[in-house]
Amino acid sequence: MVASRPEPLLSVEDLRVKFATEDGIVGAVDGVSLELNPGEILGIVGESGSGKSVSAQTIMGLTRSPNASISGSVRFHGNDLVSATEEDLQSIRGQEISMVFQDPMTSLNPVYRVGDQIVEQIEAHRELPRDEAKRRSVELLASVGIPNAAERVDDYPYEFSGGMRQRAMIAMALALEPRVLIADEPTTALDVTIQAQIMALIQRLNEERGLAVILITHDLGVIAEVADRVLVMYAGQIVEQGSLDEIFYDPQHPYTWGLMGSLTRLDQPPPERLPQIAGQPPSLLSPPSGCRFRPRCPHAFEKCTELPGLEERLAGASGHADRCWLDPQDKKELREVEGRIGLEVLTRGSPAGAAEGEPV
Amino acid sequence: MAKGDPLLEVSHLVKHFPIKEGLLIDREVAVVHAVDDVSLTLHEGETLGLVGESGCGKSTLCRTIIQLFKPTSGSVRYQGKELVGLSRNELQPIRRDIQMIFQDPYASLNPRRRVGQIIGDPLRLHGLASGSQLRREVQQLMDRVGLQPEHYNRYPHEFSGGQRQRIGIARALALRPKLIIADEPVSALDVSIQAQIINLLDDLQDEFGLSYIFVAHDLGVVRHVSDRIAVMYLGKIVERSPASTLYERPIHPYSVALLSAVPIPDPQANAGRQPLVLEGDVPSPVDPPPACRFHTRCPWATEICSQDEPPLAEYESGQAAACHHPRNVDPRMISEATVAQDSPESASDTLPSETERVPAASR
Repeated sequence: MVASRPEPLLSVEDLRVKFATEDGIVGAVDGVSLELNPGEILGIVGESGSGKSVSAQTIMGLTRSPNASISGSVRFHGNDLVSATEEDLQSIRGQEISMVFQDPMTSLNPVYRVGDQIVEQIEAHRELPRDEAKRRSVELLASVGIPNAAERVDDYPYEFSGGMRQRAMIAMALALEPRVLIADEPTTALDVTIQAQIMALIQRLNEERGLAVILITHDLGVIAEVADRVLVMYAGQIVEQGSLDEIFYDPQHPYTWGLMGSLTRLDQPPPERLPQIAGQPPSLLSPPSGCRFRPRCPHAFEKCTELPGLEERLAGASGHADRCWLDPQDKKELREVEGRIGLEVLTRGSPAGAAEGEPV
Repeated sequence: MAKGDPLLEVSHLVKHFPIKEGLLIDREVAVVHAVDDVSLTLHEGETLGLVGESGCGKSTLCRTIIQLFKPTSGSVRYQGKELVGLSRNELQPIRRDIQMIFQDPYASLNPRRRVGQIIGDPLRLHGLASGSQLRREVQQLMDRVGLQPEHYNRYPHEFSGGQRQRIGIARALALRPKLIIADEPVSALDVSIQAQIINLLDDLQDEFGLSYIFVAHDLGVVRHVSDRIAVMYLGKIVERSPASTLYERPIHPYSVALLSAVPIPDPQANAGRQPLVLEGDVPSPVDPPPACRFHTRCPWATEICSQDEPPLAEYESGQAAACHHPRNVDPRMISEATVAQDSPESASDTLPSETERVPAASR
């Protein structure tokens, strides 16, 4: 759908992931296509259940299980990672594409020393003498900013703080010099001052090594600091994509407006009342027909019962696409609330409760 | 600003947790300095934001205020009445007035009880309602917080995170409290749901004349709800300030860092920003740094910061900060600063002086 300029490093085409559960089929990812260019930071933003993590895990082949059905393709270096054998994936994971997860407390093995866990990863893929691998792990820990790396390499994970554990996870992800790093909510479990440190680190690695990064987060603030391009996901689908500036200064989808509006901005005087999106994300067991944001969207009209495609709707757009039937001209007026971008503010007495819908 | 006598007055509150070791005889080997000489006041109808990172003692402070933890020393007065040292029975009527909302909407509701029972329990336990009257009151509460009253008989697992937090709020409201302590009430929720819950708490405050202590780990969410904000670091209050002033002119370097660490969702505003990224981690509260506890991470720290604990200095702007090298203050403000009367007892009387000001460390 989007014209590609440079040859993308990774390209995902119409990815669909469904899980069979006790309650029925959950369509976690529904037709996601994306491209990651070399040296780029691609931000994927969305709330819990929007399918952003499942998309990333599927790229790495981590969602394969008897109850999962996966279709579409993930092209990387001429290989299709969706149909690749587990063996082929092994040689790609860590070496070519690495992943950092949200919770650094549970992603490290508590009974092995931090250094040994990095050594293990190096030895699994490279034929290196042990002391060489050990030296490499010290270097790696130092490069991600662990003080006294030569000593701390022999610590157990519990001796590291949360921020240090996340640094160690990043060091491990970089051990084999991959070309792509997928960071899935890398700072969500961390304090704000530590979050700032980790984001600065990821940005530095991107600049110094040309590492391409897929950054998954629910925080548009983090995206604004580092991303080059942004995908906004809602209920398993991409609802808007574009460059950083396009998404922040000319957002086209009402869900994106709502996300922007519900953020508190510390650099501006606060609005009287926080703009809020009524209701809650739909259950993916039975998503609404048509536009998936329709039940929560204050601007929905008849046409919205039909699912809009992810298309470039602005005159002269190149790469800025969205799933919304509203006329681009009308959107400009609709999205402004109190002089800023946000959904219309619900006033007291409006049926906020009723709009919540059924419990999931 | 609220007038009259404070609703809640916490002075020099200390909570230490001993770390014990030994098989037969417990030897106290160390002490966790969770809350170290904290004073604050809260007036009726007012919201106090309490901000700090994990391990700074903000949750312990809340639990010590409502006497879930027995304070090591200090005093907590509610409507002029001393709470420290009261027995369980004596605390009972006060517990009606002070309620809590917890962070994790998944862990703070009993999964085996129906929503109606969960919300009705406080009324039942305090003998305020029963039978059909209880049911009616609970359904009114559910309606008020944006839940559908016909979901009275459902279980918590049938609700989403945001709705569960509404259940927790309804339960806290059941006894018509005067003060609600909300311990990170929106941290576990998605952004779009956070705004809903904050707006709800705001409306309830107007409607019931509630006072809040609103705890958060960053300065983003508390801005909308707080009249005043206290910033904590390693068991101490480092700055307290009228809310709007704090965001314009933070005085304590830690407040500056906290503000600077919150990303601004605006790429162009970010491009021109030089954020202050603190180095290192928060030190252990078992062995906090001497004197000013922030000196190990502070870009402006000098020798005095590791030798002399700064008093809580009050400035004319209504702010108070415990720092030898305050930011965003002019020479006149410094010369007119006074030691706050509730400054920690361990702190010195050394007020900041203009000559000690050092330029910002270059980064």
